[in-house]
Amino acid sequence: MGDWYQQLTSHPLGRQATSLLGLPGPAQLRRGDDPPPGPVLAGDAGKGRLGAHLRRVLGDLHLPLRWPGDEATGAAEDDNACLVLDATGLAEPADLLSLHTFFHEPVRRLAPSGRVVVFGGVPAEASSPAERAAQHALTGFVRSLAKELRGGATANLVQVARDAEGGLDSTLRFLLSGRSAFVDAQTIPITRSATDASDRSRPQADRVALVTGAARGIGAAIARTLAADGAHVVLLDLPAQGDRLTESANRLGGSAMQLDITDAAAPTRLADRIAERHGRLDVLVHNAGSTRDKTIAGMDAAAWETVMAVNLSAPLRLTEALLDRELLSPTGRIVAVSSLSGIAGNRGQTNYAASKAGLIGLVDALAGQVGGEATANAVAPGFIETDMTAAMPFALRELGRRLNSLNQGGQPVDVAETVAWLAEPGSGGVNGAVVRVCGQSLLGA
Amino acid sequence: MASTPRKAAVLAANRIPFARANGAYRRASNADMLGAALDGLVARTGLQGERLGEVAGGAVLKHARDFNLTREVVLGSKLAADTPAFDLQQACATGLEATVAIANKIALRQLDSGVAAGVDTVSDAPVALNDDLRRLLMDANAAGGPLEVAALLPRLRPHHLVPEIPKNAEPRTGLSMGEHAAITTREWEISRDQQDRLALASHQQLAAAYDRGFFDDLLTPYLGLQRDDNLRADTSLEKLSQLEPAFGTGEGATMTPGNSTPLTDGAPTVLLGSEEWGRAHGLAPLAFVVDAEIAAVDYVHGHEGLLMAPVYAVPRLLARRDLSLEDFDFYEFHEAFASTVLATLKAWEDPAYCKERLGLDGPLGTVDRTRLNVVGSSLATGHPFAATGARIVATAAKLLHEKGSGRALISICAAGGNGLVAILER
Ligand SMILES: NC(=O)c1ccc[n+]([C@@H]2O[C@H](COP(=O)([O-])OP(=O)(O)OC[C@H]3O[C@@H](n4cnc5c(N)ncnc54)[C@H](O)[C@@H]3O)[C@@H](O)[C@H]2O)c1
Repeated sequence: MGDWYQQLTSHPLGRQATSLLGLPGPAQLRRGDDPPPGPVLAGDAGKGRLGAHLRRVLGDLHLPLRWPGDEATGAAEDDNACLVLDATGLAEPADLLSLHTFFHEPVRRLAPSGRVVVFGGVPAEASSPAERAAQHALTGFVRSLAKELRGGATANLVQVARDAEGGLDSTLRFLLSGRSAFVDAQTIPITRSATDASDRSRPQADRVALVTGAARGIGAAIARTLAADGAHVVLLDLPAQGDRLTESANRLGGSAMQLDITDAAAPTRLADRIAERHGRLDVLVHNAGSTRDKTIAGMDAAAWETVMAVNLSAPLRLTEALLDRELLSPTGRIVAVSSLSGIAGNRGQTNYAASKAGLIGLVDALAGQVGGEATANAVAPGFIETDMTAAMPFALRELGRRLNSLNQGGQPVDVAETVAWLAEPGSGGVNGAVVRVCGQSLLGA
Repeated sequence: MASTPRKAAVLAANRIPFARANGAYRRASNADMLGAALDGLVARTGLQGERLGEVAGGAVLKHARDFNLTREVVLGSKLAADTPAFDLQQACATGLEATVAIANKIALRQLDSGVAAGVDTVSDAPVALNDDLRRLLMDANAAGGPLEVAALLPRLRPHHLVPEIPKNAEPRTGLSMGEHAAITTREWEISRDQQDRLALASHQQLAAAYDRGFFDDLLTPYLGLQRDDNLRADTSLEKLSQLEPAFGTGEGATMTPGNSTPLTDGAPTVLLGSEEWGRAHGLAPLAFVVDAEIAAVDYVHGHEGLLMAPVYAVPRLLARRDLSLEDFDFYEFHEAFASTVLATLKAWEDPAYCKERLGLDGPLGTVDRTRLNVVGSSLATGHPFAATGARIVATAAKLLHEKGSGRALISICAAGGNGLVAILER
């Protein structure tokens, strides 16, 4: 419990003091597979095209469901824990009033760690300027609503392309669950339908996943999460981290690979090992990363090159080698761990931000290249509680933690769960997305 | 046919870096080190919970409580608890003898998989009670009642409290291994410069191998050590030539701490298996164990040098396999002392010696020095006695794998005048 502010605000006196100062207390976030603590209120804004799909997914979750016009299940007095709206039918600005109609009352009594999920269409697919305007309006609406929610609640927008309705299942399940705890105010595109024959409790069963930088921090959490989902995880890190890798690999029943990903021979060594041991790779997570912070005026070229080599060149070369040898399976998932710095920019991080923005470009390209039902996506963590951020100066660290709608830093597991959702066999509908795991950071918003 | 012998493959390996005595591993026991090496092997190969055919390992310096060292280590490891194990010991050849034992069982289809290992610590060596005190205590144990035990007390003497510390000396000659080697060095007129050059090459080649990632999949860091801490990447002929001799006397004293292996702690493991077993576990052979030959020499009565047994074993092995000394791509010869390796090479080039001692028609042949210990050997890594064999098997197998095809000759001299040699092929 390194978070003194959270401790302070959970103490009665502390809470009084902080509320006097007008500071909101950070909520204890619902995490993991804890079910929402109340019913789901679902509805339509106009004539949406997702009704049947949403009913199917929500029905499978076995949660109490309130759908206007239907008979409600569950106790009538419970606060709603999830508000799900199909807004694909919004065809013109006047229709937007239905957002007010749907949320005005229920948003006042949302259970702790509640969830708002709004489904829209892809604005670029709109058939008229009016529809495009209305659909685009949803982005600003959801982002503002997210800032108004309290108690660890989040709001996200899912844009479902035409004929991609069958691809939203895993995303809706993820957003309603505790796994999306630190994903807030995101716009997630569903670009195509997806098939999902996997076992819900072990979606990665019989799949092979590779996680770079898996010895510690976020990478270790990703390895843990994918292993819990049933994958055989190959944990890769620098040879110097071998003892930590061994420990984790043996705990998770995975295997350890000691490799400097910037080595000239790294792509071949990795491809050889995957080919020899497993014959294919189902999940490739580019997580290894490095920082050498200095303003560009004070930075030497070596600091530039180290960061670029680890964060950008290596993921590019490793992916190319695996694709060239056709080792990525047809339902392969590539997930790159970018950073909010790569989106918002950060003083002292020209090298790092360039590399992390470059990763987003790489994912864009790969999304079009991987083929089949394979995907490539990026996650962009904001402030995550790791050794790296624990080493920051106190004031900067406190600022980093608070400058988001959830008033706290994220945990490595929050990034890991987001990666794991994108890596699910059922997430074939999400391709080329950049999902921030930042609690709606004020930076770069 | 279940009875047709098959080839045993080297499938993977792992060791911990070797540490100089009383350094990084001074608080680690043999069991700790072997356990760490085995856990690293399991992690590298993803064999958690797997029942392997058998694990063979051993240590030269061993506490009495470690009588079942290897089995105890397996029980504490991530392998299935029903993986059998046994201890064996053949001094410096222990790790290679363990490899031969497991490989033979695989060849005979008695096993499908197994691990060969070795471990030694001079930092946590067993210290024994001296013999007189030990007898007194045994008498006390056999005594009937407390009064009888009390009656033995006056027999206790101050000298009883002086412990027996294990010595690196041959019981029958009282000479240390270095002193024995010094005799051979003088007999074969191996110069100081030649020895220093061999030591230099060992350090430089080991350092280069580390730098190019050769050990990335052969080694796992342990207790803060990432490389063998005996390695002196920046050593030079000048530095080596300034060291005072450690063995021998007078003019002929050419053996220094620089061209002799230091006492070291460490543990290696090698995973062996049939090709089919390897395939089923996604492990392709690095190389195959082809054959091995053991020899011993009578060093007690002065007929031969203590560490010269491999000189006899190799020609016998070559004859059996119908090979010549030149038919190898790699020579992995344990560097007990630089002079041991050099005397061995010289002996094989000496027509008279080869005729009289080895019973050959002429010289056995010449070892191409550019193929000798190409990624360094014991002079640079150090030499935890029982550990060296498995370290060398792993290195030879990886070299053959890198090259794609070829043959390696492994040679290890051992205390007691034993020498074990083996051939790996790919
Ligand atoms: N912690 C945060 O708040 C945060 C925020 C945004 C993005 N990220 C990104 O998340 C990822 C993980 O971050 P973390 O906080 O866990 O960092 P970390 O430094 O704890 O872990 C990074 C791992 O990558 C490994 N690595 C570095 N260079 C390597 C190389 N050449 N070859 C193989 N492995 C190598 C390291 O050994 C280390 O284990 C990084 O890409 C980082 O940029 C972190």
